[in-house]
Amino acid sequence: MRPPVSDLPLALEDVSYVAREVTIVRDMSLTIGAGAPTVLVGPNGAGKSTLIRLLMGLLAPTSGRVTWGGRADADGRRRAMVFQRPVMLRRSAAANVGYALAAAGAPRRTRADMVAGLLGRVGLAPLADRPARRLSGGEQQRLALARALARDPEVLFLDEPTASLDPAATKAFEDILRDVAQSGVKIVMATHDLGEARRLAGDIVFLLRGRVHECAPAEKFFTAPATPEAAAFVRGDLVI
Amino acid sequence: MPDNSSALALVLGGDPALYAIVKLSLTVSLAATVFAAAVALPLGAFLALVRFPGRTLVVVLMNAFMGLPPVVVGLAVYLLLSRSGPLGSLGLLFSPSAMIIAQALLVMPIIAALTRQTIEDLWAEYRDELTAMRVGPFGRVTTLLWDARFSLVTTLLAGFGRAAAEVGTVLIVGGNIDGFTRTMTTAIALETSKGDLPLAMGLGVVLIALIIVVNATAWGVRRAGEIRAG
Repeated sequence: MRPPVSDLPLALEDVSYVAREVTIVRDMSLTIGAGAPTVLVGPNGAGKSTLIRLLMGLLAPTSGRVTWGGRADADGRRRAMVFQRPVMLRRSAAANVGYALAAAGAPRRTRADMVAGLLGRVGLAPLADRPARRLSGGEQQRLALARALARDPEVLFLDEPTASLDPAATKAFEDILRDVAQSGVKIVMATHDLGEARRLAGDIVFLLRGRVHECAPAEKFFTAPATPEAAAFVRGDLVI
Repeated sequence: MPDNSSALALVLGGDPALYAIVKLSLTVSLAATVFAAAVALPLGAFLALVRFPGRTLVVVLMNAFMGLPPVVVGLAVYLLLSRSGPLGSLGLLFSPSAMIIAQALLVMPIIAALTRQTIEDLWAEYRDELTAMRVGPFGRVTTLLWDARFSLVTTLLAGFGRAAAEVGTVLIVGGNIDGFTRTMTTAIALETSKGDLPLAMGLGVVLIALIIVVNATAWGVRRAGEIRAG
Protein backbone atom coordinates (compact mmCIF):
# COMPACT_ATOMS: atom_id res chain seq x y z
CA MET A 1 0.00 0.00 0.00
CA ARG A 2 2.96 2.29 0.54
CA PRO A 3 3.88 4.71 -2.21
CA PRO A 4 7.33 3.99 -3.58
CA VAL A 5 8.87 7.33 -2.60
CA SER A 6 10.61 7.43 0.75
CA ASP A 7 10.74 10.17 3.38
CA LEU A 8 14.20 8.96 4.38
CA PRO A 9 16.72 10.27 4.93
CA LEU A 10 15.48 13.17 7.03
CA ALA A 11 17.82 16.09 6.61
CA LEU A 12 18.30 19.52 8.13
CA GLU A 13 20.49 22.01 6.33
CA ASP A 14 21.59 25.03 8.40
CA VAL A 15 18.23 25.14 10.10
CA SER A 16 17.45 27.79 12.67
CA TYR A 17 14.16 28.20 14.46
CA VAL A 18 13.32 31.40 16.28
CA ALA A 19 10.18 31.86 18.37
CA ARG A 20 9.41 35.22 19.96
CA GLU A 21 12.97 36.36 19.35
CA VAL A 22 14.42 33.37 21.19
CA THR A 23 16.57 31.11 19.05
CA ILE A 24 15.60 27.57 19.95
CA VAL A 25 17.43 25.74 17.17
CA ARG A 26 20.64 27.27 15.84
CA ASP A 27 22.30 26.55 12.46
CA MET A 28 21.57 22.86 12.73
CA SER A 29 22.62 20.38 10.06
CA LEU A 30 21.72 16.77 10.60
CA THR A 31 20.90 13.67 8.58
CA ILE A 32 18.86 10.78 9.92
CA GLY A 33 18.75 7.67 7.77
CA ALA A 34 16.90 4.37 7.91
CA GLY A 35 17.77 1.74 10.49
CA ALA A 36 17.70 1.41 14.26
CA PRO A 37 15.93 4.04 16.38
CA THR A 38 17.50 7.48 16.56
CA VAL A 39 17.13 8.97 20.01
CA LEU A 40 17.48 12.70 20.66
CA VAL A 41 18.85 13.34 24.12
CA GLY A 42 19.77 16.43 26.02
CA PRO A 43 18.60 18.55 28.93
CA ASN A 44 15.29 20.40 28.94
CA GLY A 45 15.41 23.38 26.63
CA ALA A 46 18.08 21.84 24.41
CA GLY A 47 15.67 21.98 21.47
CA LYS A 48 14.56 18.33 21.33
CA SER A 49 10.85 18.98 20.97
CA THR A 50 11.39 21.75 18.44
CA LEU A 51 13.71 19.53 16.40
CA ILE A 52 11.11 16.73 16.42
CA ARG A 53 8.41 19.17 15.27
CA LEU A 54 10.64 20.48 12.51
CA LEU A 55 11.33 16.92 11.37
CA MET A 56 7.65 16.06 11.54
CA GLY A 57 6.85 19.17 9.50
CA LEU A 58 4.66 20.75 12.19
CA LEU A 59 6.99 23.75 12.34
CA ALA A 60 8.63 25.53 9.45
CA PRO A 61 12.25 26.60 10.00
CA THR A 62 12.97 30.31 10.33
CA SER A 63 15.95 29.79 8.05
CA GLY A 64 17.54 26.79 6.38
CA ARG A 65 15.86 23.78 4.86
CA VAL A 66 14.28 20.53 6.03
CA THR A 67 14.03 17.74 3.46
CA TRP A 68 12.46 14.31 3.49
CA GLY A 69 14.05 11.85 1.09
CA GLY A 70 15.62 14.84 -0.63
CA ARG A 71 12.27 16.61 -1.11
CA ALA A 72 11.34 19.76 0.77
CA ASP A 73 7.67 19.35 -0.17
CA ALA A 74 7.07 15.78 1.03
CA ASP A 75 3.49 15.86 2.28
CA GLY A 76 3.84 13.97 5.55
CA ARG A 77 1.45 11.14 4.74
CA ARG A 78 4.15 8.66 5.79
CA ARG A 79 5.07 10.36 9.04
CA ALA A 80 3.27 9.98 12.34
CA MET A 81 3.83 11.41 15.77
CA VAL A 82 3.17 10.58 19.40
CA PHE A 83 3.14 13.63 21.68
CA GLN A 84 4.26 13.90 25.27
CA ARG A 85 0.69 14.57 26.34
CA PRO A 86 -1.48 13.09 23.61
CA VAL A 87 -4.94 14.53 23.10
CA MET A 88 -7.58 11.85 23.37
CA LEU A 89 -10.61 12.56 21.20
CA ARG A 90 -13.83 12.49 23.21
CA ARG A 91 -14.93 9.07 22.05
CA SER A 92 -14.08 5.43 22.65
CA ALA A 93 -10.59 3.97 22.32
CA ALA A 94 -11.67 2.11 19.20
CA ALA A 95 -13.20 5.26 17.72
CA ASN A 96 -9.94 7.12 18.32
CA VAL A 97 -8.07 4.57 16.22
CA GLY A 98 -10.88 4.53 13.66
CA TYR A 99 -10.61 8.31 13.39
CA ALA A 100 -6.87 8.11 12.68
CA LEU A 101 -7.50 5.41 10.07
CA ALA A 102 -10.13 7.55 8.38
CA ALA A 103 -7.79 10.56 8.43
CA ALA A 104 -5.11 8.38 6.85
CA GLY A 105 -7.53 7.39 4.11
CA ALA A 106 -8.11 3.75 5.03
CA PRO A 107 -11.18 2.38 3.23
CA ARG A 108 -14.26 2.24 5.44
CA ARG A 109 -15.00 -1.46 5.06
CA THR A 110 -11.58 -2.60 6.28
CA ARG A 111 -11.45 -0.20 9.20
CA ALA A 112 -13.12 -2.34 11.86
CA ASP A 113 -10.62 -5.15 11.32
CA MET A 114 -7.71 -2.72 11.30
CA VAL A 115 -8.91 -1.08 14.52
CA ALA A 116 -9.06 -4.46 16.22
CA GLY A 117 -5.60 -5.33 14.93
CA LEU A 118 -4.04 -2.06 16.08
CA LEU A 119 -5.67 -2.18 19.51
CA GLY A 120 -4.42 -5.75 19.88
CA ARG A 121 -0.95 -4.67 18.90
CA VAL A 122 -0.78 -2.15 21.76
CA GLY A 123 -2.58 -4.44 24.21
CA LEU A 124 -5.78 -2.40 24.44
CA ALA A 125 -8.23 -4.84 22.80
CA PRO A 126 -10.18 -5.41 26.04
CA LEU A 127 -10.62 -1.64 26.48
CA ALA A 128 -11.86 -0.93 22.95
CA ASP A 129 -15.21 0.47 24.05
CA ARG A 130 -13.89 2.50 26.97
CA PRO A 131 -14.03 6.30 26.60
CA ALA A 132 -10.45 7.25 25.68
CA ARG A 133 -10.31 10.01 28.29
CA ARG A 134 -11.05 7.51 31.05
CA LEU A 135 -7.97 5.44 30.27
CA SER A 136 -4.88 5.63 32.48
CA GLY A 137 -1.86 7.65 31.36
CA GLY A 138 -0.05 4.56 30.13
CA GLU A 139 -3.10 3.28 28.28
CA GLN A 140 -3.64 6.68 26.68
CA GLN A 141 -0.05 6.76 25.50
CA ARG A 142 -0.41 3.28 23.98
CA LEU A 143 -3.64 4.39 22.32
CA ALA A 144 -1.77 7.38 20.88
CA LEU A 145 0.79 4.91 19.56
CA ALA A 146 -1.95 2.82 17.95
CA ARG A 147 -3.35 5.99 16.39
CA ALA A 148 0.07 6.86 15.01
CA LEU A 149 0.55 3.34 13.65
CA ALA A 150 -2.83 3.62 11.95
CA ARG A 151 -1.09 5.92 9.48
CA ASP A 152 1.18 3.01 8.46
CA PRO A 153 4.13 5.36 8.91
CA GLU A 154 7.58 5.03 7.47
CA VAL A 155 8.90 7.35 10.19
CA LEU A 156 7.43 7.52 13.68
CA PHE A 157 8.29 10.53 15.84
CA LEU A 158 7.86 10.42 19.60
CA ASP A 159 8.32 13.39 21.89
CA GLU A 160 9.14 12.17 25.41
CA PRO A 161 6.28 9.68 25.27
CA THR A 162 7.06 8.06 28.62
CA ALA A 163 7.94 11.24 30.55
CA SER A 164 4.91 10.99 32.83
CA LEU A 165 4.54 7.20 32.98
CA ASP A 166 5.50 4.87 35.82
CA PRO A 167 8.09 2.11 35.23
CA ALA A 168 5.52 -0.61 34.44
CA ALA A 169 3.71 1.56 31.91
CA THR A 170 7.03 2.69 30.47
CA LYS A 171 8.13 -0.90 29.99
CA ALA A 172 4.87 -1.85 28.30
CA PHE A 173 5.24 1.12 25.97
CA GLU A 174 8.90 0.45 25.17
CA ASP A 175 8.21 -3.23 24.44
CA ILE A 176 5.67 -2.27 21.80
CA LEU A 177 8.03 0.36 20.43
CA ARG A 178 10.78 -2.24 20.03
CA ASP A 179 8.37 -4.40 18.02
CA VAL A 180 7.47 -1.44 15.87
CA ALA A 181 11.15 -0.71 15.21
CA GLN A 182 11.74 -4.33 14.26
CA SER A 183 8.86 -4.22 11.81
CA GLY A 184 10.88 -1.67 9.83
CA VAL A 185 9.43 1.63 10.99
CA LYS A 186 12.10 4.27 11.51
CA ILE A 187 11.78 5.64 15.04
CA VAL A 188 12.94 9.11 16.01
CA MET A 189 12.38 9.76 19.69
CA ALA A 190 13.21 12.59 22.06
CA THR A 191 13.85 11.78 25.69
CA HIS A 192 15.72 13.19 28.64
CA ASP A 193 15.70 9.77 30.27
CA LEU A 194 19.16 8.27 29.80
CA GLY A 195 17.99 4.78 30.72
CA GLU A 196 15.36 4.89 28.02
CA ALA A 197 17.92 6.11 25.49
CA ARG A 198 20.21 3.21 26.43
CA ARG A 199 17.39 0.69 26.11
CA LEU A 200 16.11 1.79 22.72
CA ALA A 201 18.66 3.77 20.77
CA GLY A 202 20.60 2.67 17.74
CA ASP A 203 21.95 6.16 17.26
CA ILE A 204 22.15 9.09 19.63
CA VAL A 205 21.87 12.75 18.76
CA PHE A 206 22.99 14.78 21.76
CA LEU A 207 21.56 18.29 21.75
CA LEU A 208 22.76 21.18 23.83
CA ARG A 209 21.51 24.78 23.71
CA GLY A 210 19.87 24.40 20.31
CA ARG A 211 22.80 22.74 18.58
CA VAL A 212 23.78 19.18 17.74
CA HIS A 213 26.61 18.69 20.18
CA GLU A 214 27.43 15.10 19.36
CA CYS A 215 26.06 12.48 17.03
CA ALA A 216 27.14 8.84 17.40
CA PRO A 217 26.05 5.20 17.46
CA ALA A 218 24.52 4.51 20.88
CA GLU A 219 27.19 2.08 22.00
CA LYS A 220 29.97 4.53 21.26
CA PHE A 221 28.09 7.44 22.79
CA PHE A 222 27.56 5.64 26.08
CA THR A 223 31.01 4.01 26.35
CA ALA A 224 33.28 6.64 24.83
CA PRO A 225 31.56 10.00 24.42
CA ALA A 226 33.66 12.38 22.37
CA THR A 227 32.93 15.64 24.17
CA PRO A 228 33.23 16.53 27.86
CA GLU A 229 29.59 17.67 27.97
CA ALA A 230 28.38 14.34 26.56
CA ALA A 231 30.60 12.49 29.00
CA ALA A 232 29.11 14.48 31.87
CA PHE A 233 25.58 13.82 30.57
CA VAL A 234 26.26 10.08 30.30
CA ARG A 235 27.70 10.02 33.85
CA GLY A 236 24.46 11.57 35.01
CA ASP A 237 25.93 14.93 35.97
CA LEU A 238 23.65 17.88 35.53
CA VAL A 239 24.40 19.39 32.14
CA ILE A 240 22.67 22.69 31.57
CA MET B 1 -59.02 32.35 27.15
CA PRO B 2 -61.49 33.20 29.94
CA ASP B 3 -60.15 36.17 31.84
CA ASN B 4 -61.84 35.41 35.12
CA SER B 5 -60.32 32.00 35.88
CA SER B 6 -57.06 31.71 37.75
CA ALA B 7 -53.87 30.52 36.10
CA LEU B 8 -53.76 27.50 38.36
CA ALA B 9 -57.20 26.42 37.25
CA LEU B 10 -56.15 26.92 33.64
CA VAL B 11 -53.09 24.76 34.03
CA LEU B 12 -54.77 22.04 36.09
CA GLY B 13 -57.87 22.08 33.91
CA GLY B 14 -55.81 21.58 30.77
CA ASP B 15 -57.38 24.60 29.08
CA PRO B 16 -57.01 24.04 25.30
CA ALA B 17 -56.31 27.73 24.62
CA LEU B 18 -53.46 27.73 27.12
CA TYR B 19 -52.20 24.45 25.70
CA ALA B 20 -52.10 26.00 22.22
CA ILE B 21 -50.15 29.00 23.51
CA VAL B 22 -47.60 26.80 25.28
CA LYS B 23 -47.22 24.60 22.22
CA LEU B 24 -46.71 27.55 19.91
CA SER B 25 -44.14 29.14 22.24
CA LEU B 26 -42.14 25.93 22.45
CA THR B 27 -42.40 25.19 18.74
CA VAL B 28 -41.33 28.68 17.67
CA SER B 29 -38.41 28.94 20.07
CA LEU B 30 -37.14 25.40 19.47
CA ALA B 31 -37.42 25.77 15.69
CA ALA B 32 -35.67 29.14 15.83
CA THR B 33 -32.86 27.62 17.91
CA VAL B 34 -32.48 24.67 15.52
CA PHE B 35 -32.36 26.89 12.42
CA ALA B 36 -29.99 29.34 14.08
CA ALA B 37 -27.73 26.49 15.21
CA ALA B 38 -27.58 25.02 11.71
CA VAL B 39 -25.94 28.25 10.56
CA ALA B 40 -24.22 29.42 13.73
CA LEU B 41 -22.36 26.23 14.72
CA PRO B 42 -20.42 25.93 11.43
CA LEU B 43 -20.02 29.72 11.29
CA GLY B 44 -18.60 29.86 14.82
CA ALA B 45 -16.24 26.97 14.10
CA PHE B 46 -15.14 28.60 10.86
CA LEU B 47 -14.36 31.86 12.64
CA ALA B 48 -12.42 29.95 15.29
CA LEU B 49 -10.23 28.14 12.76
CA VAL B 50 -9.74 30.46 9.82
CA ARG B 51 -7.71 33.65 9.84
CA PHE B 52 -8.66 36.26 7.26
CA PRO B 53 -8.47 40.05 7.01
CA GLY B 54 -11.31 41.61 8.97
CA ARG B 55 -11.84 38.56 11.13
CA THR B 56 -11.40 40.52 14.35
CA LEU B 57 -14.08 42.96 13.21
CA VAL B 58 -16.47 40.11 12.47
CA VAL B 59 -15.79 38.51 15.86
CA VAL B 60 -16.31 41.78 17.73
CA LEU B 61 -19.51 42.53 15.82
CA MET B 62 -20.81 39.04 16.47
CA ASN B 63 -20.09 39.38 20.17
CA ALA B 64 -21.86 42.74 20.15
CA PHE B 65 -24.85 41.26 18.33
CA MET B 66 -25.37 38.88 21.24
CA GLY B 67 -27.03 41.89 22.80
CA LEU B 68 -29.22 42.83 19.83
CA PRO B 69 -32.42 44.52 21.04
CA PRO B 70 -35.29 42.16 20.16
CA VAL B 71 -37.57 44.98 19.05
CA VAL B 72 -34.98 46.15 16.54
CA VAL B 73 -34.64 42.66 15.10
CA GLY B 74 -38.42 42.48 15.03
CA LEU B 75 -38.62 45.79 13.20
CA ALA B 76 -36.03 44.69 10.62
CA VAL B 77 -37.87 41.42 9.95
CA TYR B 78 -41.17 43.34 9.86
CA LEU B 79 -39.80 45.62 7.15
CA LEU B 80 -38.48 42.63 5.20
CA LEU B 81 -41.76 40.72 5.35
CA SER B 82 -44.29 43.54 5.17
CA ARG B 83 -46.45 43.76 2.07
CA SER B 84 -44.21 46.38 0.48
CA GLY B 85 -40.96 44.78 1.71
CA PRO B 86 -38.55 42.71 -0.41
CA LEU B 87 -40.00 39.43 0.88
CA GLY B 88 -43.53 40.71 1.20
CA SER B 89 -44.82 38.48 -1.59
CA LEU B 90 -44.26 35.44 0.63
CA GLY B 91 -47.08 36.63 2.85
CA LEU B 92 -45.33 35.52 6.01
CA LEU B 93 -45.92 38.54 8.23
CA PHE B 94 -48.04 37.84 11.32
CA SER B 95 -47.45 34.10 11.05
CA PRO B 96 -45.50 31.61 13.20
CA SER B 97 -42.97 31.35 10.34
CA ALA B 98 -42.18 35.04 10.66
CA MET B 99 -41.70 34.58 14.41
CA ILE B 100 -39.29 31.70 13.83
CA ILE B 101 -37.27 33.74 11.33
CA ALA B 102 -37.06 36.71 13.68
CA GLN B 103 -36.07 34.64 16.72
CA ALA B 104 -33.52 32.69 14.69
CA LEU B 105 -31.86 35.98 13.70
CA LEU B 106 -31.88 37.06 17.32
CA VAL B 107 -30.35 33.83 18.58
CA MET B 108 -27.82 33.22 15.81
CA PRO B 109 -25.14 35.66 17.05
CA ILE B 110 -25.36 34.19 20.55
CA ILE B 111 -24.78 30.64 19.36
CA ALA B 112 -22.12 31.68 16.84
CA ALA B 113 -20.16 33.81 19.30
CA LEU B 114 -20.19 31.20 22.09
CA THR B 115 -19.35 28.44 19.60
CA ARG B 116 -16.43 30.46 18.28
CA GLN B 117 -14.98 30.77 21.78
CA THR B 118 -15.52 27.09 22.65
CA ILE B 119 -14.04 25.81 19.39
CA GLU B 120 -11.09 28.19 19.54
CA ASP B 121 -10.17 26.92 23.01
CA LEU B 122 -10.52 23.31 21.92
CA TRP B 123 -8.48 23.94 18.78
CA ALA B 124 -5.56 25.16 20.88
CA GLU B 125 -5.59 21.73 22.50
CA TYR B 126 -6.15 19.70 19.31
CA ARG B 127 -4.04 21.65 16.82
CA ASP B 128 -0.83 19.60 16.92
CA GLU B 129 -2.61 16.27 16.98
CA LEU B 130 -4.96 17.03 14.09
CA THR B 131 -2.18 18.64 12.07
CA ALA B 132 0.00 15.56 12.57
CA MET B 133 -2.91 13.42 11.36
CA ARG B 134 -3.26 15.75 8.36
CA VAL B 135 -6.93 16.36 8.98
CA GLY B 136 -8.27 18.86 6.43
CA PRO B 137 -10.32 22.02 7.13
CA PHE B 138 -13.70 20.29 6.83
CA GLY B 139 -12.57 17.43 9.07
CA ARG B 140 -11.27 19.90 11.64
CA VAL B 141 -14.60 21.70 11.86
CA THR B 142 -16.64 18.52 12.22
CA THR B 143 -14.18 16.95 14.68
CA LEU B 144 -14.09 20.01 16.91
CA LEU B 145 -17.87 20.47 16.82
CA TRP B 146 -18.38 16.83 17.74
CA ASP B 147 -15.76 16.82 20.50
CA ALA B 148 -17.16 20.06 21.92
CA ARG B 149 -20.69 18.69 21.81
CA PHE B 150 -21.23 18.73 25.57
CA SER B 151 -20.15 22.36 25.91
CA LEU B 152 -22.22 23.27 22.88
CA VAL B 153 -25.37 21.92 24.53
CA THR B 154 -25.02 24.78 27.00
CA THR B 155 -24.54 27.18 24.11
CA LEU B 156 -27.74 25.97 22.46
CA LEU B 157 -29.57 26.33 25.78
CA ALA B 158 -28.40 29.92 26.02
CA GLY B 159 -29.84 30.50 22.57
CA PHE B 160 -33.10 28.76 23.41
CA GLY B 161 -33.40 30.69 26.67
CA ARG B 162 -33.05 33.96 24.82
CA ALA B 163 -35.68 32.93 22.26
CA ALA B 164 -38.18 31.63 24.79
CA ALA B 165 -37.89 34.65 27.07
CA GLU B 166 -38.10 37.50 24.58
CA VAL B 167 -41.29 39.30 23.68
CA GLY B 168 -40.25 42.13 21.37
CA THR B 169 -39.68 40.33 18.08
CA VAL B 170 -42.60 37.92 18.28
CA LEU B 171 -44.93 40.76 19.21
CA ILE B 172 -43.90 42.86 16.22
CA VAL B 173 -43.73 40.19 13.52
CA GLY B 174 -46.33 37.83 14.99
CA GLY B 175 -48.89 40.37 16.06
CA ASN B 176 -50.12 38.47 19.13
CA ILE B 177 -53.13 37.11 17.25
CA ASP B 178 -55.29 35.01 19.56
CA GLY B 179 -55.13 31.35 18.64
CA PHE B 180 -52.54 31.89 15.91
CA THR B 181 -49.47 33.85 16.96
CA ARG B 182 -50.05 34.37 20.68
CA THR B 183 -47.13 33.05 22.71
CA MET B 184 -46.52 32.85 26.44
CA THR B 185 -44.59 36.10 26.51
CA THR B 186 -46.97 38.10 24.34
CA ALA B 187 -49.89 36.75 26.35
CA ILE B 188 -48.20 37.84 29.57
CA ALA B 189 -47.60 41.30 28.16
CA LEU B 190 -51.21 41.52 27.05
CA GLU B 191 -52.74 40.27 30.30
CA THR B 192 -50.53 42.63 32.28
CA SER B 193 -51.63 45.63 30.26
CA LYS B 194 -55.25 44.50 30.62
CA GLY B 195 -54.75 44.39 34.38
CA ASP B 196 -55.27 40.66 34.81
CA LEU B 197 -52.19 40.29 36.98
CA PRO B 198 -53.01 36.86 38.46
CA LEU B 199 -53.34 35.37 34.98
CA ALA B 200 -50.14 37.09 33.84
CA MET B 201 -48.34 35.76 36.89
CA GLY B 202 -49.70 32.30 36.30
CA LEU B 203 -48.54 32.32 32.71
CA GLY B 204 -45.13 33.52 33.86
CA VAL B 205 -44.84 30.62 36.25
CA VAL B 206 -45.76 28.17 33.50
CA LEU B 207 -43.16 29.73 31.18
CA ILE B 208 -40.40 29.49 33.76
CA ALA B 209 -41.37 25.90 34.55
CA LEU B 210 -41.15 25.02 30.85
CA ILE B 211 -37.70 26.57 30.54
CA ILE B 212 -36.55 24.61 33.56
CA VAL B 213 -37.89 21.38 32.08
CA VAL B 214 -36.11 21.96 28.77
CA ASN B 215 -32.84 22.79 30.54
CA ALA B 216 -33.10 19.82 32.88
CA THR B 217 -33.71 17.50 29.94
CA ALA B 218 -30.71 18.89 28.08
CA TRP B 219 -28.62 18.60 31.22
CA GLY B 220 -29.63 14.97 31.64
CA VAL B 221 -28.78 14.20 28.03
CA ARG B 222 -25.44 15.93 28.43
CA ARG B 223 -24.56 14.04 31.61
CA ALA B 224 -25.54 10.71 30.11
CA GLY B 225 -23.43 11.45 27.05
CA GLU B 226 -20.46 12.55 29.13
CA ILE B 227 -20.58 9.40 31.19
CA ARG B 228 -20.56 7.30 28.04
CA ALA B 229 -18.00 9.30 26.05
CA GLY B 230 -15.68 10.52 28.81
